[in-house]
This record gives sequence, C-alpha cells and structure tokens, in this order.
Amino acid sequence: MSILLEAKNISKLFGGLKAVSNFNMTINKGELVGLIGPNGAGKTTAFNLFTGVYQPTSGTLSLDGRSLLGMKPSQITQRGLARTFQNIRLFSELSVLDNVKIAYHTHLNYNLLEAAFRFGRYIKQERQIEETGRELLKIFKLEDKADEIAKNLPYGAQRRLEIARALATHPQLLLLDEPAAGMNPQETNELMDMISWIRKEYALSILLIEHDMSLVMGICERIYVLEYGSIIAQGVPDEIKKNPEVIRAYLGEEA
Amino acid sequence: MGIMDQFLQQLINGISLGSIYALIALGYTMVYGIIKLINFAHGDIYMVGAYIGFFCITIMNWPVLPALLVSMLLTGILGMLIERFAYRPLRSAPRISVLITAIGVSFFLEYTMMYFVTPQPRTFPSLLDDAAYHIGPFIINNQQIMIFAITIILMAILTYIVQYTKVGKAMRAVSFDTETAQLMGINSNRIISVTFGIGSALAAAAGVLVGIYYNSIDPLMGIMPGLKAFVAAVLGGIGILPGAAAGGIILGIIEALVSGFISSTFRDAAAFAILILVLLFKPSGLLGKNTNEKV
Amino acid sequence: MSSLRKTDLKAIVISLIVFAVLQGLISSEALDPFWQLNIIVICINIIMSVSLNLINGYTGQFSLGHAGFMAIGAYTGAVLSVNFHMPFIVGLITAFVTAAIIGCLIGLPTMRLSGDYLAIATLGLGEIIRIVIMNVNYVGGAAGFMGIPKSTNFAWAFFVMLFVVFFIKNYVNSSFGRACVAIRENEIAAEAMGVNTTKYKVLAFTVGAGFAGVAGCLFAHTFYIVHPSSFTFLSSFNYLIMVVMGGMGSITGSIAGAFILTTISALLSDWPELRMSIYAVVLIALMFYRPQGLFGNIEITSLPIFKRFKGGK
Ligand SMILES: Nc1ncnc2c1ncn2[C@@H]1O[C@H](COP(=O)(O)OP(=O)(O)OP(=O)(O)O)[C@@H](O)[C@H]1O
Ligand SMILES: [Mg+2]
Repeated sequence: MSILLEAKNISKLFGGLKAVSNFNMTINKGELVGLIGPNGAGKTTAFNLFTGVYQPTSGTLSLDGRSLLGMKPSQITQRGLARTFQNIRLFSELSVLDNVKIAYHTHLNYNLLEAAFRFGRYIKQERQIEETGRELLKIFKLEDKADEIAKNLPYGAQRRLEIARALATHPQLLLLDEPAAGMNPQETNELMDMISWIRKEYALSILLIEHDMSLVMGICERIYVLEYGSIIAQGVPDEIKKNPEVIRAYLGEEA
Repeated sequence: MGIMDQFLQQLINGISLGSIYALIALGYTMVYGIIKLINFAHGDIYMVGAYIGFFCITIMNWPVLPALLVSMLLTGILGMLIERFAYRPLRSAPRISVLITAIGVSFFLEYTMMYFVTPQPRTFPSLLDDAAYHIGPFIINNQQIMIFAITIILMAILTYIVQYTKVGKAMRAVSFDTETAQLMGINSNRIISVTFGIGSALAAAAGVLVGIYYNSIDPLMGIMPGLKAFVAAVLGGIGILPGAAAGGIILGIIEALVSGFISSTFRDAAAFAILILVLLFKPSGLLGKNTNEKV
Repeated sequence: MSSLRKTDLKAIVISLIVFAVLQGLISSEALDPFWQLNIIVICINIIMSVSLNLINGYTGQFSLGHAGFMAIGAYTGAVLSVNFHMPFIVGLITAFVTAAIIGCLIGLPTMRLSGDYLAIATLGLGEIIRIVIMNVNYVGGAAGFMGIPKSTNFAWAFFVMLFVVFFIKNYVNSSFGRACVAIRENEIAAEAMGVNTTKYKVLAFTVGAGFAGVAGCLFAHTFYIVHPSSFTFLSSFNYLIMVVMGGMGSITGSIAGAFILTTISALLSDWPELRMSIYAVVLIALMFYRPQGLFGNIEITSLPIFKRFKGGK
C-alpha cells in the first residue's frame, strides 16, 4: 500500500502550550483511520496543521510525497485534502446548492470575461456544476433542500452538507472533525453507512475525529489515540480497546 | 533661527497639537474599547464643546476655567444622550448599522450647528496675553502652557477614575468582557453611558483649548481632528488608554515636523501614511498585543 | 442558463425603454438643465454604488476609500482629454485601467486587514490619493483642473452605467462572485474550499476601483472642472450610505440607493444645511427601522412582479 499523508515529528506551540508534540502519522491510500482522544488533546489542532490553517513549529508534512509546509489552506485543498469543521462553518446565508457550488470552485476554469459576458466555458461549466451539485446533494439526502438557506437546515443536515461540500472539492483525503457531534443515534448510524459508502464510491482515504466510540470502532481500520498533544497508542480497534494507556486516558488515573 | 532651534520649536508645537489629539483620542479609544464602535461623531462632539466654551466666554463673559468646566459638563451630557438615543437601541444590530448611524449623528451635529451659527468661522477672543517664556532651549507661550497643564490634569483625573474608582473598575470589566461583567452584576448600560460622558467631556476640553490656541472655530472643525484622533488611537493600540495619549502626542509631533520641514500640505498625508504603516506591520498598535482566531 | 439569459434580455429591453423615455424628455427640453445634469449624476453615482457594493456588500471587505479611485479616474480622463486630445472612450478605458492598477497595488497589502482596521486604512489611503493629487501642479494642484471638455452626455452616462451594472451582476453570479460571497460568509471555510481568498479579495477590490475610475472620468467630463475637494472621505461615506441604504448584496438596492439619495439631495439643494440635517435623520431612521436596507439582498429580477412582466420565463 502506498502512503498518502505522512506527518513526521510535528509540533505546534501556542505561546507556552504544546498543543501537539512530536506527532507522527501515516495514512495509506484508501484507508479509513480514526483519531481519538480526550477534550483538548490536540485533535483539531492536528487537522489545522494538516490543512495549513496553522504552520507547525517543527516537523514535516507531506501529501503524496510532496511537502505541504508553507502552503496556504486553499493550495492544500487544491492538492486534494479536504476537511469539515468541528464548529460548523457553512456559508450560512447562502442556499444549500450554492454552498456546494462554491466547493466546485477549483474545477471551474472560465475567465472573468467569459463570466461577465456569459459566453464560452461559462455556460457549459455552470450548467455542469448545477447538475453534479444536485446529484451530490442526493447522496446526502439534501436534494429537496437544495434551494433552502443553509442556516435554516436542521443540525444533522448541516453536518451532512459540510461533508458534501468537502467532497465537492474532489479530495484524495477527507478529514472529518466530529461529524456525528449533535446527531441522534439513528442519524449517527446513517452517517456511518454514508461514510463507508462514499469512501468506496469515490476511492477516498478518510481521517476521522470522533468521540462516539461505537462509530469509531465500527468503521475505522486503524486508530490513533492522542493525549496532551502526544500519540499514546495506535493500532486496530481491538488493540485500542484493550490498551491500558488508552483506558487510563479515558477513565482517569484511578482506573 | 538654526535648524536645531527650529526643530525644538516644532517639537513644542507638536506636543501642543498632540495634546489636543490625545484628549480626543482618549474618548475614541474608550468608546471603541467598550462597544467596538468607531464613533465618527466624536470629532463633532469636540466641535460642540468648542462652541459651548465660546458662548460661555463671549456671551456670559466667563473666565476660561468655568467656561471649560461648563462646556465639559454639557458636552458630556450630550454624549450620553447621543449614546442613549442613537446607539443603545442598536446594541445588537450589525456593526455597519451602528457605524452608519454614527456617520448620521456626525452630519446631524455639524449641519444643525451650522444652521444655528452659520458656516462662518468665529473668532475666539484671546484670553491670555501672548507672552512667551524661554525655558532652557525651548520657547513656550501662555496658550501652550495652559494646554499642557490642562491636558496633564485631565489625564491624571482620568487615570485615577479608571484605576481606582468603582466606576473605573467596572469600565475595565465591561470592556474586557461585556457579558461576564453583566453576569457579575455590573449594569453595562450605565457604564457605557458613563464612558460616553467622560469621553465627550474630554473632547469638549480639547475643543475649548483649540479655540484658545488657534483663535478660530467653525462647525466643520471636528472632521479632520476627529479622524486624526482616531488615527492616534489606532497608533497607540485601540482600546488602550495610555496608547491613545501616546499616539496623540506622537501624531502631533510628526505633523508639526512635517509641516515645519517639508510642507504643511503633506501633514495630513503623513498622518494617514503612518496609520497605514502601523496597520500593516503592527495592527494591534504600538502598545497592543497580537491576538489570533481559534479555528 | 438560458433562463438567465432571458432575464438579462428582459432587463436590457426595459433599460432601453427607460433610456428612450428619459432621452425624449431631455431632447424635448421637458426636463430643465438642472435635472438633465442630475440624471447624469445619478448614472455616475449608480456606477459608484454598484462597484462599491462588489467590495463592501458581496465580498464583505469594508472599504471607505472609494472616492480616491474616482479621483484617479477623473484626473486620468481629464489629462488625456485636455493635454493629449484623446477621444473620450480612450479616456474612459484608461481611467478604468489606471484606477484598477492603483486599486490592485493598494489592495495587495491592505486586504490582509479586516473589519474596522481595513475601513480606516482604506479611508486613509483614499485621503492620501487626494492629498497627493492636490500637490501635483501638473493637474492644477489645490485649485483644480480646468478646461475639461463636456463630453459626458446622458447617452454616455446611461450606457456606461448599464455596462457596469451588467458586468458586476454577471460577476457576482459567477464563480468569481461566489468566491467573494464565500469570503464574506466565512473566510476560513472559503479557503478550505480551495478559494484563494487573497486573490479574490484583491480582484474584487481592483474591479471595483476600476469602475470607480470610470465613474470619475464621466464625472470630470460632466463639469468643466475637477477639484480635489470633490473626492474627500465624506464622499466615500456618501457612496457607502447609498450601498447600505439600498441593501448590501443587492445590485437593485445600490441602484435605488444612488437614485434616491441623489434625487433627495438635488431636491433640497436650495437649503444646504437643512438638507444635510434631514439627510442625517433619514439615515439614522433607516438604520433603526430597516438596517438591512431597502432591498436587503434581494434583486428586483427575482421578484414575482418582474417574472410576470412580459409573460414570465
Ligand atoms: N489558536 C489557538 N491559540 C491558543 N491555543 C489554542 C489554539 N487552538 C487550540 N489551542 C489549544 O490547544 C489545545 C488543543 O486544542 P484542540 O482544539 O486541538 O483540542 P481537541 O482535541 O480538538 O479537543 P475537542 O475534543 O474539545 O475538540 C487546547 O488546549 C486549546 O485550548
Ligand atoms: Mg476539536
């Protein structure tokens, strides 16, 4: 199997706080990997480092063998790394369809004149993203909400739209930050199926942060456990469940 | 006059002008610190202060000090009224609405004043004789001494209020975190009102001092100094009181030097150029701390 | 997409009718010279407000220096006409290019700033532009630039305005405009969607500045003289007010804002002080009772009346 994402010895300091320290992670093509850990462990910070929102204080980071260091988030997205946000960041005043259309941004190459006078590639490409956008929404059961304003969607639907939007950028690797947060058990189950399905359908690799253990253990092939910014364990779900370090981290010192 | 003498003279002029900017900037920075509003009407409050002082001195024939105090008091009340009726109803409105309202209040003060006093500049009576004193290498005149003295006294009083009184502590609490302050039982509306009152009173003092210094006032006199004072506040780090004072003085000195050594037509450009450099290289201002957004 | 073009077509037909009616009124002298002039000023102000809306409303970047770019266009056009005897259209295009280039140079460093800091920086830059012009003797310095031919007639003003409105309308309805709106809504998410936020902010600022330059060129050729004092930050405020009054994010709104404010201002021109006081009260009342502006972010073309007009789509 070939390596897709490789993080070597990454650290990130916020003032004196080491939010992530000596973090190592590899994700192979086609894998579905989980990242778990207590609150404040540094999981979201790791995502922010991968996606260029923050630059690591030290360490190296590469996607498909090419370094990601020093790149802007938009460039990293264009290289094939997409994400969702823990605290939902939709374009809340826009329609559901427009949210997805924005994500097709990098696949449109008509120029300003074609746009301003509505000719050439503009017509063809706009029609195309209108169609593919609606199809994508179908997968996420959002097709009849396409023209609704994003902020009016129920919470679960907003989370699904975040994933749809990330997918529309055509990523190789998808980072999901607590996609099931705030969902009820039934929605969570549907989400699990959806994640497994899109992974196969789009030949994706996925890295998933989640507090819902049944979800993580149920679909992830490998799991990394983070505590105080350091990886304390990694392995297949069955190993992680039994790992005493992990149990201690989750249940506290006395366990 | 040698170049050195000229430099020292411009320095004194600059500090005088800078004191005026500092007094206006303090109000700007207090208001911004507490409700994050660029109160574009603040320069016009200063203009109103100058007119009240003018009428006290010319019509009532009062000496400077009572005129100054009355002007500060009335203008302070005006500031509180403006806050109460124009800004408070918009407390939860989008920032741009409040900003546009501030522009509206500014126009309203300027042109309503103009309607009553005509656009003609008024000549402030010269209250002090033009005596000048040699102190070391400096030459200082009476007006400048008065500006320095009053500015220092007012700043001392302000520092005392903010640092040691209950109101001052509440002001700092509200500007640090309005919601938490409210949870702790601070009446934030009252504190915001007091902030406007104090800021406006300081601006009024600046207005009267400018009248005495330059001898001339008009209804649009607040536009430029208001803007400059905001630049001064940003320069020192918006929301930080010593920053506003320092920013004002620095700006005054730079302007005086530019008009003295380059050309007075470029002095406004110099002020804005400094503003832009500060914003680009240290947006939090000279005395401010950098912050970043959590994702 | 073809339905979009149909709406365009309808809008163009309506615009031509409006033009024909107004031109008729002007040619038949039914409108006195004062209002003939004001109709041209309305067209110019529409260009200013619509182009500013691209920056402030759609991209969410708070600019308070729009009058500075207008000044650049005005002086560029004036110099080309007076000193180089160029045809008017060359002046207009050069005014666009010059203002756009300077807009781009200013936008590159300042677009890193946000919110109030950006507002105050653009205000300062607008003033710097004006003060620099005031100190260039070649263009008349503080006395102003005189002897500009009166090339702007109603037809020029109207069709240039129409061009700009359509350009910006199509801009905001393309991937360029979606990038702008994404930046306004959530800059971090926009980056995460692959939108190079700096690039699109600077582009919007550049295009907006360029059209302000075009408005400036029309303005310079409307009156015999241009003067630095026509382009202070107070006039930038004025254009901002038109945008906010009409509704940020609505082109229809910007057109309405420019039309209403220019008309009110013309009607009250005999009472200058009272005019501004009334203006101020209207402004404050508007912010109290309709802070989203007259149109919010709605376009007239999406209203049912428009759809029904001429048989719907
Ligand atoms: N921009 C920032 N500035 C300062 N500290 C930060 C910043 N971002 C994160 N931190 C700190 O880094 C640590 C890790 O935060 P992070 O958000 O990565 O945790 P997490 O594992 O995602 O937690 P949760 O499960 O609650 O989402 C926390 O202590 C947090 O306060
Ligand atoms: Mg997190």
